[in-house]
Amino acid sequence: MEAILSAVIPVVIIGVICGAVLVIASKLMAVKEDERFPKIRECLPGANCGACGFAGCDGYAKALCENPDTATNLCVPGADAVSKKLSEIMGVEFEDVIEQVAVVHCSDDCSKTEDKVQYVGIQTCKAAKMMYGGKGSCVYGCLGMGDCANACPKGAIEVVNGVAKVDPAECIGCGICTKTCPNHLISLVADVRKVVVTCSNKDKGAVTRKVCSNGCIGCKKCEKVCPNGAITVVNNVAVIDYDKCTDCGTCAENCTTGCIRVTDLSGKHRMVEKD
Amino acid sequence: MVTKLIVILLSAVFINNYVLSRFLGICPFLGVSKKLDSATGMSVAVIFVMLMATAVTWPIQKFLLDPNGLGYLQTIVFILVIAALVQLVEIILKRYIPSLHKSLGVYLPLITTNCAVLGVTILNIDSDYSFIESMVNSLGSGLGFMLAMVMFSGVRSTIEGRDIPKSFQGLPITLIAAAITSLSFLGFGGVIENLFA
Repeated sequence: MEAILSAVIPVVIIGVICGAVLVIASKLMAVKEDERFPKIRECLPGANCGACGFAGCDGYAKALCENPDTATNLCVPGADAVSKKLSEIMGVEFEDVIEQVAVVHCSDDCSKTEDKVQYVGIQTCKAAKMMYGGKGSCVYGCLGMGDCANACPKGAIEVVNGVAKVDPAECIGCGICTKTCPNHLISLVADVRKVVVTCSNKDKGAVTRKVCSNGCIGCKKCEKVCPNGAITVVNNVAVIDYDKCTDCGTCAENCTTGCIRVTDLSGKHRMVEKD
Repeated sequence: MVTKLIVILLSAVFINNYVLSRFLGICPFLGVSKKLDSATGMSVAVIFVMLMATAVTWPIQKFLLDPNGLGYLQTIVFILVIAALVQLVEIILKRYIPSLHKSLGVYLPLITTNCAVLGVTILNIDSDYSFIESMVNSLGSGLGFMLAMVMFSGVRSTIEGRDIPKSFQGLPITLIAAAITSLSFLGFGGVIENLFA
């Protein structure tokens, strides 16, 4: 009996001392957490997409707590509903969230271009790109291995006919795919927009024409017909300045190869879900 | 005296490397070695905790357990004290040095009773080291852990980009790579004793 007690008692005493020290320490040195933090965190969707520019939802919530100047309309997936709640918590005026949609700047099927080689390596765009710029004859185009589709947190991207296609209804505009694409084909465009350029080929017209019948040949016709001067051809590709563009569609009508198109980016399902 | 300390330090880093020769602390070695920055963070936390745990457990063994004939309680008392100590340090860091807490904080609770930490404290007692020798041994063990982690994170990032047969993907190839890395450390055996002989 004595042997047991001589073992148990010291351990119990040490345990109690350790416990007491921890309790006292945690009480004395408790760090005050901003009480708005859990509230803000609850409003945010928790997708940790980083579209707000902070490291995940926790990062955004922390930034809001610590710096009152942080804008409340930065959460793209949460849209207006979250912006409204955040502005209530922070006590500032509600601002509309500008929703953005990922747009692939490559034509939407591979019938216009041909494969130059057969690729059997690692099935990712990144790996394919390292091998002579991919299997397609256009080295600027979509590699079609679906790196963006795998990276998309919402499953909004699908590779159809060898070209990535974004479903605007599912896209939350987080921009992860824009960073994933090794050819930098994807960019974010405000979802009210209608006119997009579906080519990124920076080669001269004659070279482009050889590899893809849909490619931008840099003829500058769009530049001339645009009533607002919103289009410029940079590095042999038409680029739309969305600050000036009015979505009139004149450029799309006049485009010689059909690489400028009028599409619907508004993502109607998402609008319904939001309300 | 100084030579002995250097021998202890170097043998703890290379010959008796905790991960690659003694096979202690394999869990963080496989778990946190995917990226270089998390491997470094984890290693710094391990060095820190090893030093502190030794500083606390050595006096406990020498002045509390041994005089009272309670040496057989070593394991349970050490676990208790180390766990409480690490939690205490975490609370203190969170309050006073938030930046350090941010970089170490994630890893501290993970190693409260890591077997490498417990192992170093018990082996210090078993080897009959003095207090200073124990501290040097702990530092060396921590540095050895860091060496293994940083080296292996390099190996793993190289494995990542390779086209590995499906049945070897993930853990199997990692274990094989770990085995080969540990094999390479056999080469250090006997080097340091002869260096100072």
